[in-house]
Amino acid sequence: MRGFRFSNLMLVLGLIFIYAPMVILVIYSFNASKLVTVWGGWSVKWYVGLLDNTQLMSAVMRSLEIALYTSIAAVALGTMAAFVLTRITRFKGKTFFGGLVTAPLVMPEVITGLSLLLLFVAMAQLLGWPEERGIVTIWIAHTTFCSAYVAVVVSARLRELDMSIEEAAMDLGARPWKVFFLITIPMIAPSLAAGAMMSFALSLDDLVLASFVSGPGSTTLPMEVFSAVRLGVKPEINAIASLILLAVSIATFLVWFFSRRAENNRKRAIQQAIEEAAADGWKQPDIRRAKVVESV
Amino acid sequence: MKIRKIKRAFNRIKPTGRQAVIGVPFLWLFLFFALPFLIVIKISFAEADVAIPPYTEIFTFVEQKLDIVLNFANYALLTSDDLYISAYLGSLKMAFISTVLCLLIGYPMAYGISIARKEMQTVLLLLIMMPTWTAILIRVYAWMGILSNNGLLNAFLMWLGVISEPLQILNTNLAVYIGVVYSYLPFMILPLYANLVKHDQSLLEAASDLGSSTFNSFWKITVPLSKNGIIAGCMLVFIPVVGEFVIPELLGGPETLMIGKVLWQEFFNNRDWPVASSLAVVMLLILIVPIILFNRSQAKELEGRA
Repeated sequence: MRGFRFSNLMLVLGLIFIYAPMVILVIYSFNASKLVTVWGGWSVKWYVGLLDNTQLMSAVMRSLEIALYTSIAAVALGTMAAFVLTRITRFKGKTFFGGLVTAPLVMPEVITGLSLLLLFVAMAQLLGWPEERGIVTIWIAHTTFCSAYVAVVVSARLRELDMSIEEAAMDLGARPWKVFFLITIPMIAPSLAAGAMMSFALSLDDLVLASFVSGPGSTTLPMEVFSAVRLGVKPEINAIASLILLAVSIATFLVWFFSRRAENNRKRAIQQAIEEAAADGWKQPDIRRAKVVESV
Repeated sequence: MKIRKIKRAFNRIKPTGRQAVIGVPFLWLFLFFALPFLIVIKISFAEADVAIPPYTEIFTFVEQKLDIVLNFANYALLTSDDLYISAYLGSLKMAFISTVLCLLIGYPMAYGISIARKEMQTVLLLLIMMPTWTAILIRVYAWMGILSNNGLLNAFLMWLGVISEPLQILNTNLAVYIGVVYSYLPFMILPLYANLVKHDQSLLEAASDLGSSTFNSFWKITVPLSKNGIIAGCMLVFIPVVGEFVIPELLGGPETLMIGKVLWQEFFNNRDWPVASSLAVVMLLILIVPIILFNRSQAKELEGRA
């Protein structure tokens, strides 16, 4: 059993390694001293100061807006891609399609950013659109790479699902789109929520893509933070970083909470259905059901 | 008759639901992911120019003649200048070492999660996943405060009495390694866990019944079975790290030569779009084999469960 204990030790050490820097960052955001490395007592003045920083605040609003649009579009696109990958077994160019879906996961951001910018420039020359780069171009860039993440999360869920429920609905004469919206979507809802959350967070924290495809006057929060951070550690940045950490932790907790509740509800519903079926079994003699009931 | 014929012809070109479901994501990804690479390749053969956009046109159509001017000077520059070659080598070395480190740290962690109680597993997974949802910028920034000369780590080491003067850690390659391993560790753990949790424990029991030691059965059963997870995890770390920009920019120093940083400087500081494009093309050529490996391991994972 020695190996088991070693892996647990590594797990604990690894989690400390992952979380210690973030905890330290949050603690230091309450530091009263202007010198970021010297502890000068507790204070919230950096948080209050954030509200007066209108440039930062407008970047925050812009980033939130882009993240919202991105999460909606990426979930729609990623779910479609996942559905194609898991449910449509054979079509021309499936390997190419699979590559297109998974490659954005690993493609270095500098390459994707540069190539998208050159595409937008070429499109502006040929079609006259986009006239100037800004929220829309950032949204397109974010949607493209977030939909890959959504596709991976959703296809994992789609593969786990019991196909027989969809097949049963189809045997009873439901059209494919009806099956999808009434049966598949509710069953994969937790992973859709997780995908939306993930896209929101990824979009909110992207620096490289946004730097390439943004235009004048469309600075996002990470770009704002990056230009400040380049000059060194600053107490205001500690405060905004802690707020982002807080937002992400709350969102993570909510996703976990709701997906657990949905899972429990589903289990309870299945349990109930089995019990009801068993109870019916007494009234209508059915050999198979009767056997189950006898064994209970 | 005619109407029926027209109807049939119309039905043939009208996209079916199936084609639409495939078509929409396909077109989007093709237009915004695949097609841009062709443009990058095109621009990499152009010349830098003081214009908007800042490069010369390759195809010109004058007097019914199509002129194609391919400029190989950018590629010649990449091979002749030491800066670019050492930046590529630096990136590859950085990516390779951090991938190995992530695997060494991440494998035991993923294994630990996969053998934990079922309820505990969800919580642990969430703890691993949460940082990936947090801005990489913020996580790297947190290390800037810790590693700086008068930061917490140096203060702690001096308090312990291990060192008498602060160590220069920030703005060195060591800081970049710490930052890369820290940021990419979850991407190693998640695919490994997804693979390890599917393993049949009875294989290990059978091996131990037959007298195999714990380590022996781990090495001969668990590790080979998790091959796909290892490949996916390593590629998820290796490929993006080669092009990483944020971490070397914030934690690295003058000695840190990485291609992502060089590309960024060529593009934003020198405004030389053609050279930046050729840098991207060469980076893509280097990464094409790992990317295909990754895609194949993903495809296997997809088939394995279907």
